[in-house]
Amino acid sequence: MNIPANLKYAETDEWVLVEGNVATIGISDHAQDQLSDIVFVEIVVSEGDTVKKGATCATLESVKAAADVNLPVSGKVVAINEDLAQTPEVVNSDPYGKAWMVKVELANPGELTGMMDAAAYEKYCAERSH
Amino acid sequence: MSDPTIFEMSSPGRIGARFPEPDVPLAELPQEFLRENLPMPELSEIDVIRHFTNLSRKNYAIDVGFYPLGSCTMKYNPRVNEEMARLPGFAHTHPLQPIETVQGNLAMMYELQEWLKEISGFKAVTLQPAAGAQGEFTGVMIIRAYHRSRGDLQRTKIIIPDSAHGTNPATSAMSGFEVVPVPTDADGNVDMAALRAVCDEHVAGLMLTNPNTLGLFDCNVKEVVDLIHNCGGLVYGDGANLNALLGIVRPGDLGFDVMHYNLHKTFSTPHGGGGPGSGPVGVTEALAEFLPGPIAGIVEEGDEEMAPLYGWVMPAKSIGRVKSFFGQFGMMVRAYTYISMYGPDGMRSIAEHAVLNANYLLARLRDTYKVAYDRVCMHEFVLEGHFADAPEIHALDIAKRLIDYNIHPPTNYFPLIVKEALMIEPTETESKQVLDQFAEVMVKIAEEARTSPELLKSAPHNTPVGRLDEVKAARDLVLCCWVPDKA
Amino acid sequence: MYIPHTDAEREAMLRTIGVKSLDELFQDVPAEFRFPKLDLPPALTEMEAVAQLQELAGANENTRDLVCFLGAGAYNHFIPAAVDSLLRRGEFFTAYTPYQPEVAQGTLQAIFEYQSLVANLTGMDVSNASHYDGATAAAEAAVLAYHHFRGKRGKIVLSPSLNPMFRATVRTYMDGYEGLVLTGDEASVDPFLTPEDLIPMVDQNTSMVAVQYPDFFGRVFDYTALAKAVHEAGALLVVAVNPTALGMLKAPGEFGADIVVGEGQPLGIPMSFGGPYLGLFATKNDFIRKIAGRLVGETVDAQGRRGYVLTLTAREQHIRREKATSNICTNQGLIALASAVYMSLLGKHGLRKVAELCYHKAHYAASRINQIEGYSLCANAPFFHEFVVCCPKPVSEINAHLLDHGILGGYDLSKDYPELSNHMLLAVTEMNSKEEIDMLCDVLAEVNHE
Repeated sequence: MNIPANLKYAETDEWVLVEGNVATIGISDHAQDQLSDIVFVEIVVSEGDTVKKGATCATLESVKAAADVNLPVSGKVVAINEDLAQTPEVVNSDPYGKAWMVKVELANPGELTGMMDAAAYEKYCAERSH
Repeated sequence: MSDPTIFEMSSPGRIGARFPEPDVPLAELPQEFLRENLPMPELSEIDVIRHFTNLSRKNYAIDVGFYPLGSCTMKYNPRVNEEMARLPGFAHTHPLQPIETVQGNLAMMYELQEWLKEISGFKAVTLQPAAGAQGEFTGVMIIRAYHRSRGDLQRTKIIIPDSAHGTNPATSAMSGFEVVPVPTDADGNVDMAALRAVCDEHVAGLMLTNPNTLGLFDCNVKEVVDLIHNCGGLVYGDGANLNALLGIVRPGDLGFDVMHYNLHKTFSTPHGGGGPGSGPVGVTEALAEFLPGPIAGIVEEGDEEMAPLYGWVMPAKSIGRVKSFFGQFGMMVRAYTYISMYGPDGMRSIAEHAVLNANYLLARLRDTYKVAYDRVCMHEFVLEGHFADAPEIHALDIAKRLIDYNIHPPTNYFPLIVKEALMIEPTETESKQVLDQFAEVMVKIAEEARTSPELLKSAPHNTPVGRLDEVKAARDLVLCCWVPDKA
Repeated sequence: MYIPHTDAEREAMLRTIGVKSLDELFQDVPAEFRFPKLDLPPALTEMEAVAQLQELAGANENTRDLVCFLGAGAYNHFIPAAVDSLLRRGEFFTAYTPYQPEVAQGTLQAIFEYQSLVANLTGMDVSNASHYDGATAAAEAAVLAYHHFRGKRGKIVLSPSLNPMFRATVRTYMDGYEGLVLTGDEASVDPFLTPEDLIPMVDQNTSMVAVQYPDFFGRVFDYTALAKAVHEAGALLVVAVNPTALGMLKAPGEFGADIVVGEGQPLGIPMSFGGPYLGLFATKNDFIRKIAGRLVGETVDAQGRRGYVLTLTAREQHIRREKATSNICTNQGLIALASAVYMSLLGKHGLRKVAELCYHKAHYAASRINQIEGYSLCANAPFFHEFVVCCPKPVSEINAHLLDHGILGGYDLSKDYPELSNHMLLAVTEMNSKEEIDMLCDVLAEVNHE
């Protein structure tokens, strides 16, 4: 399983990449594997929205399951990945790259400190698998 | 090989049904509204008959063989029901005819309401809801209306055990409620400690399926009902599993306040490949005024010489309509026929034999398959479709292998609280021979899982198509036939 | 009775289970409520049940014996024998929802074809596998529109000439959504208003506008201007159709409908006192993922063979539970099949023919009635096969006379529109001969002179 070292992870399997004061958000390799083949992605926030940590920013559907993607941070939405609606399969093939979902300008960078680093997340995934 | 679609079979100029020429002077057609293109197929009657007959032969059905689909009550659909629903007096009456011209329909509906009340211990029944899910919606909206009519606006929560059908939470959310789940205890009953912890003045009600989706009668049902009543809530009974209770116990007697019936499960109306269903709702005296209407009632009492006059009655504080007209009338005729042929002792016999059949299969299979909650079951039970020594085999593989033996698979992956669930409901209309054969096949498949797992993985083998690519279906959505006219 | 067990088999089964009697299987049921005595009539044999049901059915007067001019949402049409002949196949009617596609290709392909027929008839991109009836399809359209705007638009505009039962059902379904306003059909509104009159009611807070085509009074309007105004406000246009009319009239897709709903009963379904019927539901591609209810899609198996499956099921209640936007499980499977057979048999030519027969006969009836002293047509718009007649007496009184002559008269509009006393809605279909129409006119004239 791929768990890049430069990202932070949430207990609900979202990842965050921080560049300056902007956080890019997606779901982890582990999460896409659990969901199996993603057939639909809907981003449910819009550019310019002010969003709170914990709010749903996207919904994902596979053939047998559906899942919400929750925001690990609060702030203002500065970009959404509009291509995902047409190419949901990249959530499976490139979860940390092309399958980014939203970019949020951080309102409270302190929220990041509660998130896991790669090592902690790897341990967390291993614990859940049995 | 796949059958061509009716559009692919179409031949320009072919006609399958002829109508007479107009016998009146022709009116001018409204040119600005006429459509230019009507891209519909052109076929002869024999084309249509052969096409749909051939399609029908690709279906499994109760008429073909054993259909132990848990939670769906796939019992035999009596042929007399079909004949009765087609009697011209029923099939060719218009729903808005004056009541004097449809006394037979109204009397039948009235009597069916009375029978459903008697069977379940409720005080009033509406036949309007179109299906079980709509009956649930009706019931939850009645609970909402009841609290509101008392000015009790703080009740925003509906409690739902985690073993419930998915419709229960969806219904509650549609009706504006917050859903509060409660877990199942080690014996398969509602976890009483967890339930106590969520009972407060915000509870509008509890939705309880009993017997639950594990096929178990909740041993604490009276305590559950009392807990909810004591905090001011109402208890909704999901009647999907009523087949196990006919003549055994009446939900109304147990303290349930509102319940839907599935005429298409319990009372033998056919499932039709996915409908029509029919989901009447029964309620206590206190809730009768909230029922959707109109309801068949007596508008002029009869006497020794005159039959009563039946008509329509609108409950005083009705939640309104949930559909057009009065419900799935044709399904009511079928259920009426069915109940009239069983009578009071027959009702009990239905439940007894449904429960006998389930327990018999459970006894024959419990040494081969793990049983999630192993105790005396009601009309169905849940097995775990996996083996420690055949780790690659899943419930789905067992299900698909059953098809090779010409048996319809049980419900799989439900209830969600059982790993690799196989939910088996034989119903009362299956004989010991059929059950024995099924048990033998299930045991054989368990052996195959160890000795030749590829047989299960690649099943089914003799169907018109193999396992289909569901990911492709969802990603490259094709929801309509290719049509030459439109291309 | 349909329980096959012999005494010997029952005994053997109880022994295998390890209990002595059937009663022992019910120990979990509270003893004080166990085995209630049910007050039901004694069981009948099939022969006796048939006699009883025949007596009940015989107590009705049905449209095989009466001449029917009653419509208002349910219509008397001819149904070719082939339709019921196919519905009686046990492989269709005793199957469940097609959860196991390998053994349900019959049902799945039939629904796929139904979806295609409905999409083509309505001029829309996609159809679902059907809803319960026209009224619930309209309600599901309102739910879709609400969720499409994520609950941010709090107003729904319902035309007063949308079927009153559809409007009532939409109201019941939307009652649980806080802060939602349903407007347009208040008692103060002129029931005969035109589509243009609805335009001022549409604003940025409107999620949808629902109209009917032909409308409840039978009138046919061009909704192009309304569609433009609705779309400019960012809202959705929902059009409830009579599918028979679409055999000759422009499809609502042509004038910009976003969602088409309708009562599918005229497509080969017996009137059967109001049900089971068929809820047509078709949309533009934009809304595919938001359609409630079943959808069948085409795909292939491992060998590349074409097959059909239920698709987009992750939207549904069994997976999304409280996050699903609808709790619907069933469609009207068998009834959708009936309509697919009916549409296939009639095809391009038959559907047009039936529509034109309805049109011509209704216009003949309307023009004759308009000439009878005391009666007048009160619609100034083109109409299809229903029309409103202003009568010299209360409709119930006229209908009683008509019934004495074996005629089922029209719908009394004052039941839904109190201001429309003495207004009758008449429906004429291919089933009505010129002779019957002439007889109707004779009796109407006679009533006025009494």
